[in-house]
Amino acid sequence: MKLITHNMLTSNIIKGVTKGFPLKIVAPTDKVQIVEVDFNPEFTSRMMHKLDYDALYTAAETLGHSEGLPKEVVPDFETNEEFLKKVHHVLMQIEVQEGELVCPETGRAFPIHNGIPNMLLKEDEV
Amino acid sequence: MDISPHMLDVAIERETEGGLLLSDVGEGCPFRPGTFDGVISISALQWLCNADKKYHNPAKRLYKFFATLYASMSRGARAVFQFYPENSSQVELITAQSMRAGFSGGLVVDFPNSTKAKKIFLCLFSGGTSQQLPKGVGTENRQKQIQYSDSRRTERNKQTKQRKPLKKSKEWIVDKKERRKRQGREVRPDSKYTGRKRKTKF
Repeated sequence: MKLITHNMLTSNIIKGVTKGFPLKIVAPTDKVQIVEVDFNPEFTSRMMHKLDYDALYTAAETLGHSEGLPKEVVPDFETNEEFLKKVHHVLMQIEVQEGELVCPETGRAFPIHNGIPNMLLKEDEV
Repeated sequence: MDISPHMLDVAIERETEGGLLLSDVGEGCPFRPGTFDGVISISALQWLCNADKKYHNPAKRLYKFFATLYASMSRGARAVFQFYPENSSQVELITAQSMRAGFSGGLVVDFPNSTKAKKIFLCLFSGGTSQQLPKGVGTENRQKQIQYSDSRRTERNKQTKQRKPLKKSKEWIVDKKERRKRQGREVRPDSKYTGRKRKTKF
């Protein structure tokens, strides 16, 4: 699971949950991989408008890969290639293979297996 | 998003781009509001009409899916579902729940008259300006009436095309001479006088 996916996922399908975002990532360090993905500045710049940057920073920090990433969005991010490259690295190149996503409101843990989060609910959660 | 881990494994094998999620869409779309600008689904929607578990209620599941999807789409975003309904009541159920959830749009059918090539698309728009439904493919040759041609074929028209050479005309004389020659009879040789127009008193 890439952090770009994590930035969009919530647990709001569980009965009783209002926001369910952001989900806390719990993953052993050896199950977090770095992959090579081609940098596309236009894509990264466009995605910046959809991201919750604070959640992205917190997630990267939890996984221990936040070096170099500024805590707040740089004002001229659309043209600042250096900043976009750092965002690209955190967004697209970090992959969590095994671990859990924890709902901030109910504490319910969604397992991640083979890089795919399992969001299937039990009968009483629907 | 897929409910089957095996299908997701196939996606991994084929190295598909994009994030994968193991989830049941009938339970809802677990995304932040306004995330998506476009949604595509192929051959999935019809499964929501089945009740695979005892506590499943297809109408409720369809509504939960469409309502949460609507929330996770940005304003003016579009969703297209190519699906295979078993019958028209399934189409009605699906369309009704999608409209209840706030979507506008409708059905588009490609090749409606071919059993093999026919494809049904549910096109949904979330807010924004009122959008035009795309036209279905494969409907250009169909008219509302049976085809007919405008001109009437009269007897005279027919005859001018297919008429045999008029009797006693030069053409007829020449043809007759050919015929008799073939039959082996004795025929006068052709000359500049053969079938010549005479003065009317003849």
